[in-house]
Amino acid sequence: MNKFKQQFLAGPYLIWIIGFILLPLVMILCYGFTTGDCSFTLEYITAIASETNRKSLGLSLKLGILCTVICLVLAYPLAMILNNMHIKNQGIVVFIFMLPMWMNFMLRILAWKLLLSKNGVINSILTSLGLDRINIINTPAAVVLGMVYDFLPFMLLPIYNSMTRIRHDWIEAAKDLGAGSITIFFKIILPLTISGIVSGIVMVFVPSLTSFAISQILGGGHVLLIGNVIEQDFMQGMQWNAGSGLSFVLMIFVLVSMALVNLFDKEGEGTALC
Amino acid sequence: MKRKLLSALLVAALAVSMTACSTGGSSAKDGSTLTVLNYGKYIDETVVKQFEKETGIKVKYEEYESPEEMYTKYKAGSIDYDVICSSEYMVEKLINEGEVLEEDYDAMDNYKNLDPTIVDMSSSYDKNHTYSVPYFYGTLGLIYNKTQVDANTVSSWDCLWNPTYEDEIIMENSVRDSFAPALISLGYSLNDTDEDHLNAALDILKKQKDDKIVYAYYVDETADAMIGEEAAIALCYSGEGALAMEENENLGYAVPKEGSNLWIDSWFIPKSCTNQKNAMQFLNFLCRDDIAEKNFEYVQYASPITSVVENQDKEQLNNEAINPSKETIKRCEIYKALDDEKSALYNKLWQELLSH
Repeated sequence: MNKFKQQFLAGPYLIWIIGFILLPLVMILCYGFTTGDCSFTLEYITAIASETNRKSLGLSLKLGILCTVICLVLAYPLAMILNNMHIKNQGIVVFIFMLPMWMNFMLRILAWKLLLSKNGVINSILTSLGLDRINIINTPAAVVLGMVYDFLPFMLLPIYNSMTRIRHDWIEAAKDLGAGSITIFFKIILPLTISGIVSGIVMVFVPSLTSFAISQILGGGHVLLIGNVIEQDFMQGMQWNAGSGLSFVLMIFVLVSMALVNLFDKEGEGTALC
Repeated sequence: MKRKLLSALLVAALAVSMTACSTGGSSAKDGSTLTVLNYGKYIDETVVKQFEKETGIKVKYEEYESPEEMYTKYKAGSIDYDVICSSEYMVEKLINEGEVLEEDYDAMDNYKNLDPTIVDMSSSYDKNHTYSVPYFYGTLGLIYNKTQVDANTVSSWDCLWNPTYEDEIIMENSVRDSFAPALISLGYSLNDTDEDHLNAALDILKKQKDDKIVYAYYVDETADAMIGEEAAIALCYSGEGALAMEENENLGYAVPKEGSNLWIDSWFIPKSCTNQKNAMQFLNFLCRDDIAEKNFEYVQYASPITSVVENQDKEQLNNEAINPSKETIKRCEIYKALDDEKSALYNKLWQELLSH
C-alpha cells in the first residue's frame, strides 16, 4: 500500500518528464533525421559542416569558453573572500549576490543594451568627463559581457558551497605543520573545491554555448551564434528539420560537458544548489 | 510543514478550477467567440472592447511579430484562428496553399468604404478580390537624421553603401527587407529569385558589413534607436518612420528614387475558422469609418478607408511616412510569395550574411 502511494505521488513528475522532456527529445530526433516527406536522411546532421553553421558553432564555442574563463577568474577569488569574511550571517552576503538573479534575465540584458548603446548612459557619462566613448555594443565583446553578468552566480555558488565545506581545523593543522598560504591553497583548498569548479564550469558553459537571446539583443545582428541559427530555422524559415538536426548536434556538445561533470562531481554539488 | 504543503496544494487547485471555470464559461456560450491573430500593437485595444460590447462576441486576441512567425503559429494548428491579419506575400502563400476561405463581401455593409485603388493594388496577391480585406499599407524606405544627412543623399539607395557613414546605418533584421535595397541598387526587381542575382546582392551586403557601415540589424528597435540618434540612416517601414518623426523632429523619411517595396497588410479568414459569420462581422466592423479612424490614430499607417484619408489635415496628408504619394506608389513593387525552395535559398543566403 505504502509503495503504491509512493508511486502515485511520483505520477505528476512522471507525466512532466514524459510530456515535456522525453517527448520533445524524441520529436527533435525524428525531425532531425528525416526530411519533409518523412524519409531518413543524415543531411541535416551533416549540415553542421556547412560554412555558416561551422562559423557560428565556432563562435559559440569561442564565446562560451571565454565567458566561462572570465566567470571562473571572477568567481573563485570572490568565493574565497566571501568564505573568509568574519560576518555572523554569511548567508546574507551570498543572498545579495543572488538577488539580481531573481529578476528576469531578459530585462537585465535589455538594461545593458541601454547602458552600452552609442548614446547610452555609460557613453554620456564618459563624454561629459571628457573621455573617449566605448563602442562595444553590437560586438562579441558586449555579448560576452552580458553572458558573464547573467551566468556569474552559477559559477559562484557551487564554488562557494564547496569552500564552506572545508573544515577550518584542516587549514589550522596545515599551518601547525608549517605550510605557507600558497601550499595550503594548492594542497588543500584547490583540490577540495575542484568539484565545485567543474560543476560551475558546466553550469556556465552550457547556457552560454546554447544562448541566443543575449546575442540577439546585445549583438545587434552582428553576432550569429549556433543558437540564433536554430532559432531562425524554426521561427523564420519554417525549416524544422534543419533546426532539429542542428539542435541534435548541439545536444552532443552539451552531453559531453555533462559527462565531464559526472567524472568530477560525484556528490552532485552543482545540482544540490539549483 | 505539512500544513504549508496542504495550503499550497489548495491554492493550486483553486487556480486550476478557476481557469477551468473561465474556459468553461466561454465555451458554454458556443458560437459567440472569435479568435483573432494580428501583428503586435496593430489595433487600438478599445476597438476590440467596443466590438465585444456591440456584438456580444467574445474576442480572444493574439499577437505575433513576423509573417514567418505567424505562418509557423498557424501551421502548428493548436489554435483554431478565425481571422488573421498578415503581409501580402504571406497571404498569397496561404491562398496558394488553399488555406484561405472566400469571403462574401455582400454581407459586409462597410466594404464600400474601402478605397477602390487600394483594393485594385491588392490584385497582385488576391487576383479576384475574393480572399482578403486590406487593413493598412505603406512603403519600405529610409529614415534619416537631418542634422547628419541631407535629403538628396537619401534619394538613392546608394547611400547605404557609402563608407562615410561608418557605423551609422541600421539595416532590417529580416530577410526580404534587407535584400530588397541590394537587389534594387543592382538594377534587379525585389522579386528576383535568380540565384546569381541574389548572390550578387549578397556580395554587396557583405561588403557593406566589411566596410563597417552597418551599426546593427534591427526590427522593432529601429524607431527607438533613431529617436535616440544612434545612427544616421535606417531602413524601415513608413509607419515606424512616422512614429519616430513624431518623437524627434530631426528625423525625416524618404523612399529612394530607384523604387522600393509597397506592402499591404490584409485580413483573411483561414480554413481553421469555426464561425465565419462572426469573422465577417469583425471585418465589417473594422471597415466602419469611426473604427478605422480610431485604428489609424493608434497605428499611424496609411489607411485604405476613404473617409480616414479625407479627415486628415494637410500635414498628415503630405507626410510621406504616413501616406505614400501617387508617384511613390508608382515606383514601388509589392512582394510576391516565395515557394518553399526559394525561401530556403533566401534563408541560406541570409544566414551566410549574418555569420559573415
